[in-house]
Amino acid sequence: MTDATTPSAPGITPVSGKGSLLVQDARTRKRNAAEARFKAYGIAAITVGMLMLLILVFNILTRGVGAFQQTFVTLEVQLLEEKLDKKGNRNIEDLKKVSTFGYAPLLRGAFETEIARMGIETDLKPKAMAGLLSAGAPAQLRNLVLSDPDVIGTVQQFEFLASSRVDGYLKGRVSRDSIANDKNISAEQLDLVDHLVTAGAIKKRFNLDFITGADSSDARPEAAGMGVSMLGSFFMMLVVLVLALPIGVAASIYLEEFAPKNWLTDIIEVNISNLAAVPSIVFGILGLAVFINYMHLPTSAPLVGGLVLTLMTLPTIIISTRASLKAVPPSIRDAALGVGASKMQSVFHHVLPLAAPGILTGTIIGLAQALGETAPLLLIGMVGFIASNPPDSIASGLLDPNSAMPAQIYEWAKRADPAFYERAWGGIIILLLFLITMNTIAVILRRRFERRW
Amino acid sequence: MNDMRILERDVETNAIKIAAKGVQVFYGDTHAIKDVDVDIQDKTVTAFIGPSGCGKSTFLRCINRMNDTIDVARVQGDIRIDGEDIYDRKVDPVQLRAKVGMVFQKPNPFPKSIYDNVAYGPRIHGLARNKSELDDIVERALRNAAIWNEVKDRLNAPGTGLSGGQQQRLCIARAVATEPEVLLMDEPCSALDPIATAQVEELIDELRQNYSVVIVTHSMQQAARVSQKTAFFHLGSLVEYGETGQIFTNPEDPRTESYITGRIG
Repeated sequence: MTDATTPSAPGITPVSGKGSLLVQDARTRKRNAAEARFKAYGIAAITVGMLMLLILVFNILTRGVGAFQQTFVTLEVQLLEEKLDKKGNRNIEDLKKVSTFGYAPLLRGAFETEIARMGIETDLKPKAMAGLLSAGAPAQLRNLVLSDPDVIGTVQQFEFLASSRVDGYLKGRVSRDSIANDKNISAEQLDLVDHLVTAGAIKKRFNLDFITGADSSDARPEAAGMGVSMLGSFFMMLVVLVLALPIGVAASIYLEEFAPKNWLTDIIEVNISNLAAVPSIVFGILGLAVFINYMHLPTSAPLVGGLVLTLMTLPTIIISTRASLKAVPPSIRDAALGVGASKMQSVFHHVLPLAAPGILTGTIIGLAQALGETAPLLLIGMVGFIASNPPDSIASGLLDPNSAMPAQIYEWAKRADPAFYERAWGGIIILLLFLITMNTIAVILRRRFERRW
Repeated sequence: MNDMRILERDVETNAIKIAAKGVQVFYGDTHAIKDVDVDIQDKTVTAFIGPSGCGKSTFLRCINRMNDTIDVARVQGDIRIDGEDIYDRKVDPVQLRAKVGMVFQKPNPFPKSIYDNVAYGPRIHGLARNKSELDDIVERALRNAAIWNEVKDRLNAPGTGLSGGQQQRLCIARAVATEPEVLLMDEPCSALDPIATAQVEELIDELRQNYSVVIVTHSMQQAARVSQKTAFFHLGSLVEYGETGQIFTNPEDPRTESYITGRIG
């Protein structure tokens, strides 16, 4: 039958009723066109997505990188004994009586001598010169003196944080036009900054304190750092991990392997899925009502934050754990039961180890979700200016008022001074780095342990 | 544990190992097994044949109570092993399954080493007091399953890395390692190629020395090759049960004849 058409000499049209294979018929053309269109839509969608992502990353980086750099002023300060220790006995209690106001004149003097030495001419009063420094500069002097009274009477070189206006000037955020109505800095001061930059006394460099330091008050944006809120986040994650992982895994194992399938477990299952979709601020209200108002746990404490985030993370962990338990082939359970293992032995010896990578992945993703959560923290008082020092023990880490990374970013973003704005972007970089790291670990785990049966 | 006792007995014993009477199985509303009576002899290979969905696997899974793991399955009737009702309230299915081993249709080694696969049963049942005893049990089981020579140099390699036929023999080794008295095999060769099938069949014949083997198979040739007794199931009922030779050459029931000649099924 086919023999008649196979030795097809070129030029001979096949006689079949379907027409030539070399020419697309109308239906095929339409189908191919639809397919090509669909591919084009897909590519367009992905391109738009990638473009948005690029713009986002570019924006975050360009605005945030500045926060990792800070302007410093190098000054030699003479620590005059008559100002700091009138009695001259280096008694630490007497030294503590001199407040930061007592140190301010030293800075003015230091500026005067420095500028005279460099031969810079300016009409500025010494007080205006010292205005180039961060408001925290006298405290920096005082801390050194209190930690080592022997420096009194000597000349020491210091690196002071410049005020946020000077910092902004060096980073291009502040210009001579923009300061017209700014009482904090004048054009003459900026002239002086120019001179000092030329002389090498003012420099911009990497600022570790942004990563390790604590938040600061509105007046000193240059001193604000993420460190303490990072610890707050760390302690919350600790609470979440310690509570949500065992509770979530135990609940999933029970529901998946042991619980009878009836209306009660169906209701539980539906509710777990619903809980995963509950807005996080609702969990915040729950935390406020239960943990703070009823159980009287301390406000703003990472322990409470962790408990609230645990409630929020549990559904995620339960759902992903059940999915990975389901993915273990039933033949493994049969095999274990077949050699006379009990139900529990078959679960703990065989099913759970096989599901572990999936469980870990789900947990890490749940943790990453919790790490980026701000809304529930609003209601338990973890958002706001919480001037805390780094916690010195696990107990204080859990119970002392603290903030969290996203809450800190939110707090900075809503403050008026544009210098905080830069730090909010910088904080986002740090937060994103954490999230990327956690998700990468999740992906690596999944890849490495994928389908071993 | 009963090895010695079994060896001393006559291999051609006609003692009844499993006695089933009036067994009914329901899956929800489906009546899967209808009133099956069957007596399975010790040290014999008994084959269950029949078309797909006729209930032969379901009945097999009643013998070690694997149906208990299915929520909707209900078993009625009376199944006795050595005269003891295995559905008695006092019987723990876990203990029963140590006595009645099972090999499944698809080779399902644990994703662990070959050694751990075989040692798992003895470990959880506490059959070995120390490492060397466990080594002996593992070696004996692997020898029994005719796979020792192929794997003795790589006992720590993963069991899932073996070929299909080797995996199935590993599963048989795993089943015999707990020293059961009855070995249930649910289409053990359906996932294997002809060579591996021949090896497993040879093995089944050897296992007959020590165990009562019940095998479910789709292949009538296989039933004819390995079994001494054959039971033909159709639509959930046991149609005919007797000597394999007699079933294949001179069936009493017309349905059996239709099936083995290929007219139904």
